[in-house]
Amino acid sequence: MTKLRLDGVVKRFGANTVCDGIDLEVEAGQMVCLIGASGAGKSTLLRCINLLEPIEEGAIWLDGEDISIPGLDPQPVRTRIGMVFQSFNLFPHMTAAENVMLAPRRVHGQSRDELMPKVEELFRRFGLGDRLHHYPDQLSGGQQQRVAIVRALAMRPEVMLFDEVTSALDPQLVGEVLDVLRVLKEEGMTMVLATHEMGFAREAADKVCFLKDGRIVEEGPPSQIFGAPEREETRAFLARTLK
Amino acid sequence: MTEARTRGPLPRTRRQIYEDRLRRRSLLIAGGSTALVFGALFLLIPLAPGWEKVQRVFFNGEVFARTLPGLLEAFVLDVAIFAWSVPMIAVLGLLVALARDVSNPALYPLRIFATVFTDVFRGVPVVLTVYLIGFGIPGLGLPRPWNSPYIWGTVALVLTYSAYVAEIFRSGIESVHASQRAAAQSLGLRDKDVMRYVILPQAIRRVVPAQMNMLIALQKDVALLSFIGPVEIFRQAGVYKSLMANFTPYVGAALIFLAVTVPATRYADYLLAKQRRQRS
Repeated sequence: MTKLRLDGVVKRFGANTVCDGIDLEVEAGQMVCLIGASGAGKSTLLRCINLLEPIEEGAIWLDGEDISIPGLDPQPVRTRIGMVFQSFNLFPHMTAAENVMLAPRRVHGQSRDELMPKVEELFRRFGLGDRLHHYPDQLSGGQQQRVAIVRALAMRPEVMLFDEVTSALDPQLVGEVLDVLRVLKEEGMTMVLATHEMGFAREAADKVCFLKDGRIVEEGPPSQIFGAPEREETRAFLARTLK
Repeated sequence: MTEARTRGPLPRTRRQIYEDRLRRRSLLIAGGSTALVFGALFLLIPLAPGWEKVQRVFFNGEVFARTLPGLLEAFVLDVAIFAWSVPMIAVLGLLVALARDVSNPALYPLRIFATVFTDVFRGVPVVLTVYLIGFGIPGLGLPRPWNSPYIWGTVALVLTYSAYVAEIFRSGIESVHASQRAAAQSLGLRDKDVMRYVILPQAIRRVVPAQMNMLIALQKDVALLSFIGPVEIFRQAGVYKSLMANFTPYVGAALIFLAVTVPATRYADYLLAKQRRQRS
């Protein structure tokens, strides 16, 4: 079943075309990795899917429903699509638990007491057990990013978007965040990642898309993209990156 | 000299010895130059031809002692006007700051109003606002107590300071990084919740030191109400001046203001320094 479909998505900032007609299909439970050089349009594409950026042309379908109709209220859509950012973007004035509970409380009207056991459970599962009442600046980068993932998960989204979530981390902290992504994949979460972690994409992705200049140049299973890329641009990019 | 340097509990490094010498040297210079300047002031000012008269008229110990209790009593009114103005300024300032950023087209007039409000009340000298509102509105012949200069003088201060405070709040709101808004929106929070729970708490914390400085300025500007009637400290000092033909009560009033504003300024500086440390 197709969970998410993009049809010819075009995004411009002024005269600068960042996404230039992107088609993409994501099946339920799939993990799709977007790879490509910085500025290829990966992050912008994720922001478009979450309706943080309006698109110029094309359409985005979630469960067969067009979510890119101009004037559509983005708020209900965003509750169904979770997003995690490169720079964590935790709210610095709230504890980890408050960060996680804010949206369920304000959007779904759930109470602190009813949420707390679930939050504790999520924290335990992702190795954050005793960090509930720490403020973001008291946590390591890897812990902050895991709190950010838990915060998005607390809204029980149907799709999760990850925008280079390990790029701001020290190398030894990358692994703990990637482990979380593996757990989510096992649980059947539908995920789209923009990533520079080629090893992880090769091992865990169901589909890899190589973007260049706002277009998907080549897409396929990781074995194809990393093993036998058909396009010259893909080969050149991978040769540069994996060197 | 060399013996004194090596007598410490630990053998000191070359650098420590050098830095100690520097420190002693700069202390000596600072002490010397300060003594020189203040000494000159103390010696030279009394030599001025009018000094005796100035001393008698401005620094008269006897007048000071006699008027200080009365001045302090009048200062209570300053403090009271200050105290009931502050909450009104905080609320109005915040509302104006928020009104300038509303996106709802139906509320567009509110946005215009807020913009005009800040332009007008920041642009007109406080003393003029106090005159115009403090004399103008009671002039409408309103019934008691609505013709009181206390009320309308306070209103003038509240309007002026709300305009400044609103701009400071706005700068705080704009200083919160766009990624915070994006993160909050991506969670499905409504715009008003994004503002209330994510942006405003961070913005308000950031502008506390700047708002402290506004409070200090407000405390001083309460004295402007003396022009329209209320017998607060400045006016009381004026009364004493006329009675005793002596300006010492003004010096007393200045000292009372300093006793309040200097500690407050130091506290604001401390808050600013603390904030800078936290961010670095």
